[in-house]
Amino acid sequence: MEDEKQLAAFEAKIAAGNKIEPKDWMPEAYRKQLIRMMSQHAHSEIVGMLPEGNWITRAPNLRRKAILLAKVQDEAGHGLYLYSATETLGVDRSELLEQLHTGKAKYSSIFNYPTLTWADIGAIGWLVDGAAIMNQTALARGSYGPYCRAMIRICKEESFHNRQGYEIMMHLAQGTPEQKAMAQDALNRWWWPSIMMLGPSDDQSPNSEQLMRWKVKMESNDAIRQRFIDRTVPQADFIGLSIPDKDLKFDEKTGHYTHGPINWDEFFEVIKGNGPCNAKRLKARNDADKKGRWVRDAALAYAEKKKLKAA
Amino acid sequence: MTTQEAKFQYLLRLGDSNLIIGHRLSEWCGAGPILEEDIALINIALDFVGNATALLGYAATVEGNGRTEDDLAYLRNEREFRNLLITEQPNGDYASTITRQFLYDVYTFYLYEALKSSKDETIAALAVKSHKEVTYHLRHTTEWMYRLGDGTAESHERMQNAINDLWMFTGEMFDMDEVDQILIKEGIAPDLNNIKSQWETHVKRVIAEATLQIPTYNFKQKGSKEGKHSEHLGFLLAEMQSVHRAFPGAKW
Amino acid sequence: MTDTQWPVWEVFVQANPGIPHKHVGNVHAADAEMAIQNARDVYTRRSEGISIWVVPANAISASSPEDQGSFFEPSNDKPYRHPTFYKIPEGVKYL
Repeated sequence: MEDEKQLAAFEAKIAAGNKIEPKDWMPEAYRKQLIRMMSQHAHSEIVGMLPEGNWITRAPNLRRKAILLAKVQDEAGHGLYLYSATETLGVDRSELLEQLHTGKAKYSSIFNYPTLTWADIGAIGWLVDGAAIMNQTALARGSYGPYCRAMIRICKEESFHNRQGYEIMMHLAQGTPEQKAMAQDALNRWWWPSIMMLGPSDDQSPNSEQLMRWKVKMESNDAIRQRFIDRTVPQADFIGLSIPDKDLKFDEKTGHYTHGPINWDEFFEVIKGNGPCNAKRLKARNDADKKGRWVRDAALAYAEKKKLKAA
Repeated sequence: MTTQEAKFQYLLRLGDSNLIIGHRLSEWCGAGPILEEDIALINIALDFVGNATALLGYAATVEGNGRTEDDLAYLRNEREFRNLLITEQPNGDYASTITRQFLYDVYTFYLYEALKSSKDETIAALAVKSHKEVTYHLRHTTEWMYRLGDGTAESHERMQNAINDLWMFTGEMFDMDEVDQILIKEGIAPDLNNIKSQWETHVKRVIAEATLQIPTYNFKQKGSKEGKHSEHLGFLLAEMQSVHRAFPGAKW
Repeated sequence: MTDTQWPVWEVFVQANPGIPHKHVGNVHAADAEMAIQNARDVYTRRSEGISIWVVPANAISASSPEDQGSFFEPSNDKPYRHPTFYKIPEGVKYL
């Protein structure tokens, strides 16, 4: 009875456009779903540092090196904001990291693809960050206060990521024939994974109705995907690169692009852990965690000693 | 040797050291002991890459042959690099990275302090900016010297090993040759003997406070001023320059 | 010792001189000095601040959402606390 009253008040609050804050009453399903989504998002940020980190030491000039370092650092920062927002739901960061390290938690499928050439750094900034921003600007209007605030901060910082990626692609596309080929190859490899990272199509995404009402999810995967395609295709045209989809067509009537079939089997295989880099990414995170253990312990031990001395 | 030639060499020494140690720090990206420290290390690496860009850019201007900072960073070979040997030493564990950083930070802290009054205005201006940055770096690494030196038994042992391994690379920081003599006379560069005594006092104090020992051996490795490096530098450059060299003349 | 990610510190940043410090998020740190440095590295990467406060998260006490009614509504019926409550004849200055 009490629960029903609280649930009604909770839903009314969301319907009125108010935010839910950490100490407010919330249904267990809401809390669980948010922890799942937000921690996945946080994990994606820190695993996402790896494919790009792969090229920091080989960036082709000093300007690119500084930009890429700053960008990957932002990803670490975004991971931090998101873990911190997730912690407001009553779960420790160490617990969340444990779930990542043991493979219990998921992260974005896209980061299980390898970065094979420098052009991949351009493709990631342009396509992957482009798709992520599309998703994140929607999430920033969600109902959970700490998540929204993290999203707003992240979106503000991410627009530079998107632009630097496009700028890399533009320079390559306008460069030597080898550079242009490198850019086209990167686009060929990253286009479909970027489309897929926005999640399964709506008919395969159940339980969406409640999540939409609770403003945990703000828009359907397909709607976000459509917007991403509509915005990105002209950007590719502008720099003379072609989208690797022979069925891609602009529909004058709807004003939208229609696209060819998406290989969802590949998507679900990657999610299951069978992507090209799943094992490598997970091992890198585990290694960093293990190698850092004695450092974390030493810092705590030192802080304890200092406290005792002061007392 | 002309003043111009000496200045070019001197700027390479400063710029290369920043470039190489920044590169080493950037190798930590995504592998730090905790998320916050990952972010801190990249901040420091970014300062170094920024300084290297400015110093090598000025070196290129002084040289006056139409080369750019990128030409200097990406198209020189091992024997042409002038970075201090300590900056190219591999990251090792976190104790090695912190110790390497600390020993270098104390050095640049006093060096840039002195360079602020260089008669070369560009160098003086760069030193003012860099000194602010290194003041923060030094604060960060000093705290870690204490925490790891006086943390657990394991961290203490790792730190002592790191100091023992790296100490031999500190001596050459203070070696002076014709380049230094010319620039000292012109009021462009400081006498490194003064930096040495400041460095020693500072380093001894922190190492003692961190409950660690200065090694008793006193041999030193040297050679960076003539471009004689450890074996590590070749691999570092092979990686750093690979894309740039694979596409000669390309714009990025 | 169990592995931890260190205690949480809440971070407050003053963006410009003369304005209050504002809560911006938190960091994990083993001690106060580290918390300040981490806050600097995480929350002022784009020149967002000139001063930082850090507070151990467990040192903060907060009011409860259930208290909202009893805490904050009683002040709603005291409009006389606001200057707009009073009508001053035109021509009277400096009030």
